[in-house]
Amino acid sequence: MEPGEIHALLGENGAGKSTLMNVLYGLYQPDEGEILVDGTPLKLKGPSDAIAAGIGMVHQHFMLVPVFTVAENVMLGAEQTRGGIGGFLDRRRARREVAEVSERYNLRVDPDAVIEDLPVGIQQRVEIVKALTREVDLLILDEPTAVLTPQETEELLAVMRSLKAAGKSIVFITHKLGEVKAIADRITVIRRGKTVGTASPEASRDELAALMVGRSVRLTVDKAPAQPKEPVLEVTGLVVDDDRQCRAVDGVDLTVHAGEVLGVAGVQGNGQTELIEAIMGLRPVLAGSVSLAGQGIHGWSTKKVLRAGVGYVPEDRSVDGLVKEFSVAENLVLDIYDRPPFGSGLALKPDAIAKSARERIEQFDVRTPSADAAVGTLSGGNQQKVIVARELSRPLKLFIAAQPTRGVDVGSIEFIHSRVIRERDIGTAVLVVSSELDEVIGLADRIAVMYRGRIIGVVGPDTPREEIGLLMAGITPDAATPENAATPTAATPDAPTAATTGDTTDGTTGPVGDPDGTTAGPATEGPVNEDKA
Amino acid sequence: MSTMAVPDVAVAPVDEGFWTRNRKIGAVLLALGVLAAVLFGALATDQQARFTLSEDSAGAALAVNGTFGAILFGVLAAAAGAALLAGVPKRWFTLLLGVGVVGFVLAFLCWQVSAAPTGQNFMPMVNILRGTFILALPLIFGALAGVLCERSGVVNVAIEGQLLMGAFAGALFGTMSGSVWVGLVAAAIGGAFISLLLAVFAIHYLVDQVVMGIVLNLLAVGLTGFLYERLMQTDTAKYNQPPRFSNWEIPLLSDIPVIGPALFRANIFLYLGLILVLVIHIALFRTRWGLRTRAVGEHPTAADTLGVKVLRLRYFNVLLAGLVAGVGGASYTLALYTFTKNMIGGKGFIALAALIFGRWNPTGALLAALFFGFADQLGTYLGAINSVIPSQFLAMLPYLATIFAVAGLVGKVRAPAADGKPYIKG
Amino acid sequence: MTIPNPGAGSPDKEPASEAQAAQDALDNAERAETATATGAETATATPAAGKPVGKPAPGKPTEPEARPSLGQLFLANLWAANTVTVTVLALVLAIVVGAVLMIISDPEVLATYSYITARPADALNASWTLVSEGYANLFKGSVFDPEAFSGWLNGSNGWEPVLAPISETLTYTAPLVFTGLSVALAFRGGLFNIGAQGQATIGVILAALAGFLLPLPPVLHLIVAVLAGALGGAIWGFIPGILKARAGAHEVINTIMLNYIAVYFLSWLIVQKGIQDPGRTDAISRSVDGSAQLPRLLGDNLRVHAGILVAVLATWAVAWLLNRSTLGFELRAVGANPDAARTAGISVTRTYVLIMVFAGILAGLGGSNMVLGSTASALTPLVVAQIGFDGILVALLGRVKPWGVALAALLFGALQAGGNRMQSYSGISLELVTVLQALIVIFIAAPALVKAIFQLRAARAARLHTSLAKGW
Repeated sequence: MEPGEIHALLGENGAGKSTLMNVLYGLYQPDEGEILVDGTPLKLKGPSDAIAAGIGMVHQHFMLVPVFTVAENVMLGAEQTRGGIGGFLDRRRARREVAEVSERYNLRVDPDAVIEDLPVGIQQRVEIVKALTREVDLLILDEPTAVLTPQETEELLAVMRSLKAAGKSIVFITHKLGEVKAIADRITVIRRGKTVGTASPEASRDELAALMVGRSVRLTVDKAPAQPKEPVLEVTGLVVDDDRQCRAVDGVDLTVHAGEVLGVAGVQGNGQTELIEAIMGLRPVLAGSVSLAGQGIHGWSTKKVLRAGVGYVPEDRSVDGLVKEFSVAENLVLDIYDRPPFGSGLALKPDAIAKSARERIEQFDVRTPSADAAVGTLSGGNQQKVIVARELSRPLKLFIAAQPTRGVDVGSIEFIHSRVIRERDIGTAVLVVSSELDEVIGLADRIAVMYRGRIIGVVGPDTPREEIGLLMAGITPDAATPENAATPTAATPDAPTAATTGDTTDGTTGPVGDPDGTTAGPATEGPVNEDKA
Repeated sequence: MSTMAVPDVAVAPVDEGFWTRNRKIGAVLLALGVLAAVLFGALATDQQARFTLSEDSAGAALAVNGTFGAILFGVLAAAAGAALLAGVPKRWFTLLLGVGVVGFVLAFLCWQVSAAPTGQNFMPMVNILRGTFILALPLIFGALAGVLCERSGVVNVAIEGQLLMGAFAGALFGTMSGSVWVGLVAAAIGGAFISLLLAVFAIHYLVDQVVMGIVLNLLAVGLTGFLYERLMQTDTAKYNQPPRFSNWEIPLLSDIPVIGPALFRANIFLYLGLILVLVIHIALFRTRWGLRTRAVGEHPTAADTLGVKVLRLRYFNVLLAGLVAGVGGASYTLALYTFTKNMIGGKGFIALAALIFGRWNPTGALLAALFFGFADQLGTYLGAINSVIPSQFLAMLPYLATIFAVAGLVGKVRAPAADGKPYIKG
Repeated sequence: MTIPNPGAGSPDKEPASEAQAAQDALDNAERAETATATGAETATATPAAGKPVGKPAPGKPTEPEARPSLGQLFLANLWAANTVTVTVLALVLAIVVGAVLMIISDPEVLATYSYITARPADALNASWTLVSEGYANLFKGSVFDPEAFSGWLNGSNGWEPVLAPISETLTYTAPLVFTGLSVALAFRGGLFNIGAQGQATIGVILAALAGFLLPLPPVLHLIVAVLAGALGGAIWGFIPGILKARAGAHEVINTIMLNYIAVYFLSWLIVQKGIQDPGRTDAISRSVDGSAQLPRLLGDNLRVHAGILVAVLATWAVAWLLNRSTLGFELRAVGANPDAARTAGISVTRTYVLIMVFAGILAGLGGSNMVLGSTASALTPLVVAQIGFDGILVALLGRVKPWGVALAALLFGALQAGGNRMQSYSGISLELVTVLQALIVIFIAAPALVKAIFQLRAARAARLHTSLAKGW
């Protein structure tokens, strides 16, 4: 690293980037090898040593105390005190410091705001302020853009540039090629814990991607054109709150047809999670309706929704998808344990469970020592395959997959994608939610873009990335010029309607996501929505 | 505590409509007030209910006709409830709730005092106040021990054991040395001994903190009970006649009516307890130690990344908590009684309740402890005037109040986020 | 849907044989890996059997003789999980600490230590006599008394004194099985039921009320009284369950509070008219009718009663419920990961309520044992003793597994029974038993400590999962 350099550390999920940086920050101890700063080896026993050596870090999961103010978070660990032994905090000075730093680098952070009330982008800036007040020379940013909107990402890149101008060095960890090319001076690619190459930002995306994954990957998925039939899932005017009682889904209309994949794209945290959870009966529906094959299912319990023929791959497998202490076999019947042949009345049928587990393990290529191994001992990809196997093992009308390949190795990604497409081809309606735009583009026959709790556009899969990216950032093409004509609609015969927000102060969304003519459901347009809201 | 409900079925008529929490509480208060006015008013007699400003029936008194008082205060409580129900601004909430509760209690007292046997229609305020503080004292120390532990992320269910060990060590070493001060130090160390076990097992060996707390309570009961039977019972003079701190009168302050004789002619423990509440409150929110403690209790990983020694701070705070609780235990044996088996008798758990009721806040814990102490003292008083209200039901009050509190009926209770979670680096 | 594998195929996935399944059940990945490794070549081979002589039988994956014997399983289990070793060592440690306590609390013996450098034999002898006598009485009171046996042989006493220690042990064991199961069941469902004490208290109240207020014929009366006890526990379990499910109120706090509410309710109730024994002025209720009492198993002179049989039945029922029922599946899923359970359509709130009701029923049964059995026949403020709190220790010691809990209860019952004799014969306070029990559980809860003390090699199962509750 050189002063005033932005060095990107590029690698897939689980490649060892974060671990490396945690070692650099003194959180983990290296098993062997050493760290050199200005040519002298450095022994880091803990983060305080790292800070003393001028190394600061912005963690992927923010290290902020939610109930503290910005100033309190910033001074923690490096408190200025007055009053001698009493150790009384000098809050005024801390506030002043925050204000100064945030002014100098144009970070705009209010020292008295409480962290939990701040949006993610600001919280990240607090992290940067925290590092800067400790006068670090080297700042490590661990996946800083994962949670940011494109706009916030731009702002972050601007901040990084101004830091660079001030002579700070930055290590920028990411797996997003675009950002790396936009800002890095030098790129190191890491794979499976080893440096596999360095590159300059001029290298092409393909080159970098190949370095990252070790072989050329097809980001596209082989599939025949979809043959959509009748609508299966119809969502109208859906309003849902998140855990903090803030509006997360604000009048969403969606239709998924049998035999098509509808992809929902969007930066994480724009209501996708809540939308899916509301459909699954995991979250209260405040207004609007959800119907499955013409039957209203909002207000149903999750069990009833699952029974009605919905398969669901939740976005966070270790939290929502699997019981890690349970065996693979038990996880494979997690939502059908009480159905014949696995259970009758109050009794479980262990033999039937074991037999079915053996079959699923084989069909879905789950690499496990045995069906009785705890699922927590499996790799991420195999864990995900267990969930997919479970959900695809019964006849479905609708298959919902949220972030189906997050943190999954490339081989498993291909496998899971192919199973999703196969499910579509046998006539199931498929809804895929992913924050990886490539995945959505690869899988979907139509793409709905979600922004701030609304579907702000539905486009075809051949729409240019940039255009979808703009939608993800909330920028819609002028409503006056319909994009329908411009959008190639090869994949979907029923002409996906393009972005029209109907620009909305209340819940009156336009005919978004409502492929004309095919709607057999009730004539639900804006007005219904208003009534309920 | 994860106060997040697990909503199961997704039919949710969201209650943030008319029935806000304040309104619900208002409705309850209104109902209680009406009940008080009608029922207590009917049951109260025409006797004067005298609240004397002394230790007996003599001297100045606030007197009110029983029936009139019960109805008056009942209506007052109902009015406060009605105001809440009508939807006053939020900042009025605490005040109105306070008025409502106090009104209800006063209506109740008017009934009780006026219905007491003739000649006993008085309530000596000095006694009540002093008794409240004395009974609240172990709760205050215990709850402070809880605050110290739990603010840094270690659940302290072992308060009972710490108090008991403190009381025992205070009595034993106080008697053997003949010095109250030696007894006091020994008591603190006794409490810290239980704390040390809690710290080692919960922090180092990662044993579940609640489990450890429960087991330590049993250990303390067993250990002190065993030694009590083997040593103290066989030779009381040698092992169990602890010296006592005498009362210290504070000049000037002790001359204030009611409060003076109740609070400023007390023993060292009362002063110590009140000072500790103040000191810990300030330290927690104004000093470096406090900031770090709270950070460790809320987000230990964040604190660690900033160079705060999480485990060391937790050890320190848990031991400190033991010292405080140990002194609290000594407030029994070095001021009031000789040691008896299991003499804490669940006070540690009421202290835990006070901690929760006071929302993990030293001052809040003090108020909760006083409230519980008052309920306790009231039980004694009502027993003395042969009230129809069984003292057992008053004794249940702290526990019931806590259940209501954690069920979210009296406002949201939020524990430190990392409370009860062992910190494992990496 | 049986669709052949696309993408990368895996040839080595022979359906896991039963032998292999059994192996895996023994231990974690490490062991299982070796099993698959060998299993890939010879599908039937146990890890030990590398015999080329055996039939190749590549087609048949399951063979009867491939199943390891029960003994092998047991030994492997013992070695793999190490729980038995730790338990025994914890017991030893507790006994040692107990001995130290005996010595330092005996002034006469302690006095001999003042001149230990001059005459060490004195101190050692005195200590040995004290400790060995104490523990001998503990043993004689709980398991077997040689004097009674020789007395029976030479005819100076009947057979009853020979069985008396066992009878006493079983009498104390029965209620602990119930409360232990109560805590263990809740633990498996992710809830920490500290309220077994309160549930047992309400259980004992309702059982006793049914026992002396209802005029019913003999067998029916007993059944009604037992069920009343279960009902009482169920009510007291339901409250924290519903509060947890609906308001998210932490069950640890609520069950603690409910314990005390139950105690005060009991102490109020027994001095009420119609409840209090008319012939007494102190706090004691009327006695339970004979028709509602659990029959004694070994005649009127020995206290062991049918409660222990019900306890064994309950253990079996809980074991079945946990491992072989859909309800148990739900319960374990909710306990291990409530989010995933909810996502899979399991009603977490309903399960929480059910768990607490079941836990309450078990604790209530334990409570009814205390008044329908032979320990007492009337309500007093201390009628349930400590069985609820002891139940927590029993559950932890039994590693929250039903049969483990039953064994742990047996140990605690024995300590209790032996402690009584130790108190009356050696003058060593019964409280020592409480100390021993607490110490055993402390050592068990921190196996790493036990291993450090005994310098055991690094344990394979790194940490024993006794701790399930998640703080507040």
